[in-house]
Amino acid sequence: MTTLPTSTQKKLGLVIDLDTCVGCHACVVSCKGWNTENYGAPLSDQDPYGAAPSGTFLNRVHSYEVQPDHGQAALVHFPKSCLHCEDAPCVTVCPTGASYKRVEDGIVLVNESDCIGCGLCAWACPYGAREMDAEEKVMKKCTLCVDRIYNENLPEVDRVPACVRTCPAGARHFGDFADPDSNVSVLTAERGGIELMPEQGTKPVNRYLPPRARDRTEDVDILAPFLDPIAAEPQGFMGWLDKALTAMPGGR
Amino acid sequence: MHPAPSVIIFSSVSGLGFGLLVWLGLGFPDVTGMVAFVFFVVAYVLAVGGLLASTAHLGHPERAIKAFRQWRSSWLSREGVCAVSALIVMALYGAGLVFFGASWTILGYLGAALSLATVFTTGMIYAQMKTVPRWNHFLTPAMFLAYSVAGGAILANRWTDAFFLLLLTAVLQITVWWRGDTALAASGTTLATATGLGEMGGVRPFEPPHTGTNYLLNEFGYQIGRKHAQKLRIIALVLAFVVPLVIMLLPHAGHMAAGVAVLSHICGVLTSRWLFFAEAEHVVGLYYGTRAV
Ligand code: SF4
Ligand code: SF4
Ligand code: SF4
Repeated sequence: MTTLPTSTQKKLGLVIDLDTCVGCHACVVSCKGWNTENYGAPLSDQDPYGAAPSGTFLNRVHSYEVQPDHGQAALVHFPKSCLHCEDAPCVTVCPTGASYKRVEDGIVLVNESDCIGCGLCAWACPYGAREMDAEEKVMKKCTLCVDRIYNENLPEVDRVPACVRTCPAGARHFGDFADPDSNVSVLTAERGGIELMPEQGTKPVNRYLPPRARDRTEDVDILAPFLDPIAAEPQGFMGWLDKALTAMPGGR
Repeated sequence: MHPAPSVIIFSSVSGLGFGLLVWLGLGFPDVTGMVAFVFFVVAYVLAVGGLLASTAHLGHPERAIKAFRQWRSSWLSREGVCAVSALIVMALYGAGLVFFGASWTILGYLGAALSLATVFTTGMIYAQMKTVPRWNHFLTPAMFLAYSVAGGAILANRWTDAFFLLLLTAVLQITVWWRGDTALAASGTTLATATGLGEMGGVRPFEPPHTGTNYLLNEFGYQIGRKHAQKLRIIALVLAFVVPLVIMLLPHAGHMAAGVAVLSHICGVLTSRWLFFAEAEHVVGLYYGTRAV
């Protein structure tokens, strides 16, 4: 059924901290690793060891440079995966009902056995969060690791998305946005979490925490005076040695 | 957007086929027997041929039947439902004309309405995409309808109607291009809103997420040079409108000339449809810096 639920009991999603993300791409790798072996069709690669490798990924990390009016430019690493939008346009365009949003937790999923591979949902997503797998010819997208977060076979500490579990900087947080006291709601409130492309009207659940303002110091360099070049012409004993060595055969 | 041949052929050729079905359903030309048979064969070859071409664009065409299920929300699903209903109703109507010499008017009107609805739903598939500002406007289905009915009029030998419909279509086409050229800038979506970093300063792409290409870049990253596009627009206008209009103005234009008008129009429509995709920019291109706004 591709009409959207009017509301969902939970709103599970991610908070991505652009202040702490170091751009290591570990989440990209762990996402690919987990999702190629678990829920649904594997994430194929084309020409993986050749000259022009490409492949399906559910999470990718861009890097942007932000130049403020004054001061230095900031480099911001920008991980992007499905934002599990409340008004997900990718769901309503789907002709088969393969794309759907779950009533219980708001996760947006694709039922791959119903997907005809028309690609329309990828057209409808403004964030580029859906990729058609070139091998399986079905639409792939972030599942919010639905096969981890409820998985009782995993130790409790692992019942979070692979990308969240893996991030060495702790830049990805998972939780329920419908609960105002959850970690993600608190982080969003405290740090002014942003919605991507609000004008597209998709009401994304995921939030991005903007980079904190950098400390600014005056340009004082206390070591510089000590680094001045030492006497250009050697004098005294060193001067004599220099001259003697130059005079020897092979000296300049 | 990637100009996929299957989708271009589908929307152009099917559009013409359903356009002809609209005229046939309304009783123009008023034919029965063998002549009606020939007209219906032409319409069905175009409409069904186009639909078959469109399945080439599916990853899993064998599951296409599932696409009829979500007509409540999906324009693509509605298009499928309308197309199949139009083809069934018009087949019955055509059978009446061909085999019984009978014109079941109500059936014809219903078939014509369903054929129009099919073309409208095709236009809406594109017009609903907020992500492609160039398409996201009521002018998109209006233009699709105009092309279809005008082309159908040429095929149905309704030259006077075709003449004025071609003029109207040309005006719509030019308006669509003119509006489309500023649509992305007017949509308000920029790299600043896409990243939410606009508050901090000017944002520019520093490093893409991968060295190679990916599905998104292949599908949405297509770009066409401005000069190139201008030339193709002129070619499209000349082939789709100027040539057929001039031929229609010639005194005693015979079957040969009519054939040239039809072929020229079809080539013009294909060029225009190619541009419709090639010129359309998807907002996801902003993340990749394929379009700096
Ligand atoms: S981010 Fe894209 S794929 Fe995910 S729910 Fe929103 S529109 Fe759909
Ligand atoms: S590609 Fe699959 S999931 Fe996406 S709209 Fe088409 S049928 Fe639905
Ligand atoms: S939640 Fe899971 S599927 Fe989604 S980006 Fe993270 S690892 Fe990938």
